[in-house]
Amino acid sequence: MTAEPLAAALIAVERAEAPWQRTLRQLAHRRLAMAGLAVVLFFIVLAILAPLVSPYDPLATSWSAVRKPPSFAHPFGTDEIGRDVLARIIWGSRASLAAGLVSVSLALAAGVPIGLISGYLGGFVDGMLMRMIDAMLAIPFLILAIALAVFLGPSLANAMIAIGVSQTPIFARLTRGQVLVVKHEDYIEAARAVGNSHHRIVLRHILPNIVPPLLVQATLAAAAAIIAEASLSFLGLGEQPPDPSWGSMLNTAKNFVSQAPWMALWPGLAIFLLVLSLNLFGDGLRDALDPRRG
Amino acid sequence: MIAFLQRRIALIIPTLFFVSVLIFGLQQLLPGDPALAMAGEERDPAVIAFLREKYHLDRPLPERYVLWVKGIAHGDLGESIRIKRPVKDLILEKLPVTGELAGLAMVVALAIGVPAGILAAVKHDTAIDYGATMAALWGLSIPNFWLGILLILLFSVTLGWLPASGFVTPAESLKQNLLTLIMPAFVLGNAIAAVMMRHTRSAMLQVLDSDYVRTARAKGLSEWSVILRHALRNALIPVVTLGALEFGALLSGAVLTEQVFSIPGFGKLIVDAVFNRDYAVVQGVVLCTALAYIFLNLFADIAYALLNPRLRA
Repeated sequence: MTAEPLAAALIAVERAEAPWQRTLRQLAHRRLAMAGLAVVLFFIVLAILAPLVSPYDPLATSWSAVRKPPSFAHPFGTDEIGRDVLARIIWGSRASLAAGLVSVSLALAAGVPIGLISGYLGGFVDGMLMRMIDAMLAIPFLILAIALAVFLGPSLANAMIAIGVSQTPIFARLTRGQVLVVKHEDYIEAARAVGNSHHRIVLRHILPNIVPPLLVQATLAAAAAIIAEASLSFLGLGEQPPDPSWGSMLNTAKNFVSQAPWMALWPGLAIFLLVLSLNLFGDGLRDALDPRRG
Repeated sequence: MIAFLQRRIALIIPTLFFVSVLIFGLQQLLPGDPALAMAGEERDPAVIAFLREKYHLDRPLPERYVLWVKGIAHGDLGESIRIKRPVKDLILEKLPVTGELAGLAMVVALAIGVPAGILAAVKHDTAIDYGATMAALWGLSIPNFWLGILLILLFSVTLGWLPASGFVTPAESLKQNLLTLIMPAFVLGNAIAAVMMRHTRSAMLQVLDSDYVRTARAKGLSEWSVILRHALRNALIPVVTLGALEFGALLSGAVLTEQVFSIPGFGKLIVDAVFNRDYAVVQGVVLCTALAYIFLNLFADIAYALLNPRLRA
C-alpha cells in the first residue's frame, strides 16, 4: 500500500507548520508591516526607558531658554516656557501608548462579550443589543468620546475610558458577525452534540476561532485611539498640563506657529509616525492572516 | 420595496430610543449634584434653582427622562448656561457654516479619492497603484489638526497666500469666503479621500474582472470607454452610499478643523461648550449629529436599494 505513507507524509507536513507559524512567516515577508512593527517597538522602548533616555526633566522650565530653535543643547528646540521639546516628546509617548493600550483593552473587554452573547443567542437579545450598538454608532466616534470626556471630567484616565466606550460598538459588531459565521460550522455542531455547555462552546470553541480578525481590528483601533487621545488632549480633555502629551503640546504650539514652528512639528510627527506604523502593521497582519493570500 | 422600507424604518425606532437614553444618561455621569455642576463656577443660587426647575431634578429619573424627551419633541433642547440662549437657536445659527465646510470637504474627497481609486485599479500592481495606496495610508494616519497647522505654516505664515483663520459669510464676499475655506476643506476632505480611494479601488478591481466588462472589451470599445462608461457605473454604487457613512467622520473631523482655523461652526460650538462646561449645548449638538446620521443612513440605504434591485427583495 502506497496510500498510507503518503497520507502520513501529508499529515506530517501539516503538523510541521501551525496556522500561527504560517502567519508569522507571511508577516516576516512583508517589509512595510515589519517596518511598522519596528517603529511601534521603538516607541514602546522609548516610553519605558523615558527616565533614562530623556535629556531633561520634561517639566523643568527655563526662562533663559524660551522658544529657542533646535540647537545642539536642545535638538528639538524649547517651548514657550523653556521646556525641552525632545524630553516632552519622549515622556509624552507614555500618554499616547497608554491610550492605545488601555482604550482598546476596554473596548475588547466590553465589546467581545456583547458580540458573543448577541451572535450566539440570536433572537430578541440579539435584536436589542444590536439596536443599542446602532445607537452608539449613530454618534460620530470623536463626538461621543468628547461628550463622555466632558461629562466624566477632564483627565487622561477619563479620556481613555471615553475612547474605550466609543470603540466598544466596533468590536461588538465584528465579534457578532464572526460568531454568526462560525456558529454553524461542523465542529461547533459536534461540540454541541457531545454535550458541551453553551458557556464552554462559546469560550472554548467559538472564541479561539474568531481571534484573528479581532487582533487585526485591535491593531487598527489602537491607531485610532492614539489619534483620539491626541485630539482630546488637543481640546484640553486629555492629559492635564503640565504633564506632557503630544496632543496638548500641539494645542499650545498652535498659538506660536509663526514664532516657533518647531513646537508644532515634532509632536505631530510623533503622532503621525506611531499611527502610520500601527496602520501598516495592522494592514500587514490582515493580509498575513488571510488564507487566500500567499 | 414597500416591505423593505417598512422593515428599514421599523429598525430606526429602537435605535432612536437608545440614542435618547444614551444622551440623557450623559447627565448622570456628572459627579455630585448635576444642578451644581451645570451652574458653572459662580454657583449662582438663582441659576441653580432655575436648573433644578428646568431639568426637574427633584423628580425620579424615569419621569425626568420622559419630560426631557417631551421637551425635545417640542424643539426644546435646553438653554446655554453661558450665553443664556436656547441651544436650538445656537445650533441653527452654526449649521450653515459647518454645512458649507462639510460640502466643500466632500467635493475635495470625491475629486481626489474617486479618480485616484480608478487609476490605482486600472494600473493594478504598478508604481501608480502602490503610490496611491501609500498616499491613502498617509491620509488616514495624519492627525488632521496637525495637517491644518502645517498648512497654516506654509500657506499663511511663510507664503502669505491664504488667510490663517477667520470666516467670512458667502453673502459678505464669496471670494473671501472660499479663500478662508480652501485649507479647512482640504484638511477635512483628505482623510475621507483616502477612504474613498480604497473603496473605489477595490470596487473597480472587482468590476473590471467581471464578464460584462470582458464583453465590452471584446466588442472592441476603447479601454477608457470600458472603464468610464461600463465599469465605473457599477463600481460607484457602494462608493456613493459610503458618502453617508463618512458623514460621521466628517463631523468628527470638523470639530478639530474648525478649532484650528477658528471657523464659527458646529464643531467650534461644541468645543466652546466643552471649555465652558456648557453641558446642555454638548447634549444638543450630540443629539443633532446622531439624528442627522440616522436619517442620512436611512436615505443612503433607500438610495442603495433603488440603485441595486437585488437588495429590494
